[in-house]
Amino acid sequence: MIKRVVDFFGDERHAKRRRRLFYLVLVLIVIADFLVFREHAEYLWERLPGWSALYGFGSCVLLIFVSKFFGHQCGLMRREDYYD
Amino acid sequence: MTDFVHPGLLFILGALPIPLLKGSVRKAYVLLIPTLAILAVLTMQLGDYGAARFIQQEIIVAKVDKLSILFATVFSIMALIGMVYALHLTHAGQHVAAFVYVGSALGVVFAGDYLTLFLFWEGMTFASAYLIFAQRSDQALRAGFRYLMVHITGSVALLGGIILHGFATGSLLFGPIEEGLGLATCLILAGFILNAAVPPLNAWLTDAYPEATVTGAVFMSAFTTKTAVYVLARAFPGTDLLVWLGTVMALYGVIYAVLENDCRRLLAYHIVSQVGYMVAGIGIGTEMAVNGAVSHAFAHILYKALLFMGAGAVIHVTGRRKLTELGGLYKTMPVTLALYMVGAFAISAFPFFSGFVTKSMVVAAAGQDHRALVVLALTMASSGTFLHTGLKLPYYMFFGTDKGLEAREPPRNMLVAMGMAAVLCIAIGVFPQTLYALLPHPVDFEPYTGVHVTESLGVLMFTALGFVIFLRALDPENTISIDTDWFYRIGARRFMWLAEKPLARYEKAVSDVSETAALPFLHGMALAGLRIDLHGVDALVNAVARAILLGGGALRRLQSGVVTHYALAMIVGVIAGIAVFAVAWR
Repeated sequence: MIKRVVDFFGDERHAKRRRRLFYLVLVLIVIADFLVFREHAEYLWERLPGWSALYGFGSCVLLIFVSKFFGHQCGLMRREDYYD
Repeated sequence: MTDFVHPGLLFILGALPIPLLKGSVRKAYVLLIPTLAILAVLTMQLGDYGAARFIQQEIIVAKVDKLSILFATVFSIMALIGMVYALHLTHAGQHVAAFVYVGSALGVVFAGDYLTLFLFWEGMTFASAYLIFAQRSDQALRAGFRYLMVHITGSVALLGGIILHGFATGSLLFGPIEEGLGLATCLILAGFILNAAVPPLNAWLTDAYPEATVTGAVFMSAFTTKTAVYVLARAFPGTDLLVWLGTVMALYGVIYAVLENDCRRLLAYHIVSQVGYMVAGIGIGTEMAVNGAVSHAFAHILYKALLFMGAGAVIHVTGRRKLTELGGLYKTMPVTLALYMVGAFAISAFPFFSGFVTKSMVVAAAGQDHRALVVLALTMASSGTFLHTGLKLPYYMFFGTDKGLEAREPPRNMLVAMGMAAVLCIAIGVFPQTLYALLPHPVDFEPYTGVHVTESLGVLMFTALGFVIFLRALDPENTISIDTDWFYRIGARRFMWLAEKPLARYEKAVSDVSETAALPFLHGMALAGLRIDLHGVDALVNAVARAILLGGGALRRLQSGVVTHYALAMIVGVIAGIAVFAVAWR
């Protein structure tokens, strides 16, 4: 069972179905976020359905590029023999 | 049945016979002791044990309350899982070190006074260092010594703080520190946050853990930082500084994790990030925040150990640790991958996994405390956590380009240990009330609300979307990253250069000057002195002596013995006296 699930995520021949499933999940999450009951919202963004999706995507992109900027432009990343 | 058996001493004393045992007897023994420790923790009663007086101070070896029981429970469970994972080892050394390490961590958790705490604190440092040295490579030896140096420095600060604190308050009992940030408090806090790996004192962790043995790193990921979280929760709840340190820490870890190529170093940066949530929670200091922090520590120990076990299994089987050298292992190691992913879902806080019910408590507590910025920063760090541990690491390790590595599933004991941790990660996620009942304060928090589930899934799955779109930007690069260990690694080298080049040259120049100029000069001076002595002083002395001799001879001639001569001389004298009187007086 485990092997079949793992193969579904690994094998190239499932790529198309995998992608469809992924987009379906994304859409369902956003729809669900519009439908859930928000009893009390302390902050502005908690009242916005879909905010978390936007923030998650934004955070991910920001982290990738800010980190790579630090790594490449500010010299944090060095050759492996830097300390030798 | 006694009320209390110290589980820490059970481990430390229990370590002694391990080298004498062989084969399956030893295997049974190293599993028996952690099992007994779990029983000891489950059956212990609240109260103080082992009270005594030492150097006129009150000592409490074991102070049992809900907080210490919580940590002792997860520590002894983790010890059992770790021992199952390490069961295939043939040498006794690592088992002994792990036992002493776990025992010392439990000793800290129960310590009721600073002296007991410090003793076990040191025990942890040295026992854990062995788990790095046991890897035996040159790289590991160097990392091990750096680890020791940093921790000993931290311990000295802690000891200094303890002594000053003892003088100021007259008591060494361990409890909340309310004196404000004086020197004593700062030193104690510095000692604690060094072990919690709070930046800039974090580099020892990410430097040393990836160099430890495969099984040793599993123990290390669990105990040192979480013991520090425990002491912070006891001594410094509500310290505002910790909120900011914790928040920065949570982001610091994920930023470095983007750059990392070594699989266990990437996970080590996520320890920094996750401990950030705990430190921030303790800093916020409300009942809910402290509950969140310590329950997150509980969950973290299990899922982080599971992740380290997964990465360790890959290293054990392939002998490779860099993401640039790994890939395509999903075909040969599907079970390892599945168990690793349970840990990844737990750390990322997917619903029905342990992180979901604990991490959210910290974030919700920050929200209730009106700290919007902290909420946003910690949510961003959650996104980064899933990005690396849940997506980047498994993608490049198990999927990605197939590097054609020969691999198989790891030994059965490793898989069993991973399975145990995975079951607990899911159990905590599905039945959070069991964990909540153990927490030090009453829990008024429901993780499974519709909004919380959709928000969490939104953040996580759209992080996955970002990952899919920008996959190429995340390709691991064959580099290492400069962290604050730069200051003592390069700093020490600069110091040695200073000692070997300018200082040594100065020393040589000084000795050259003394040999070529000063020595002959002094030699000449000594010769001249000798000459003056011989020809000047001695001659003068001789001349005076000779003059006295001659003078004596001349005077002797005046003494003729003829009375008339004497009478004549007297008369001449009288006349001369009168003449002088007459001329000079008148």
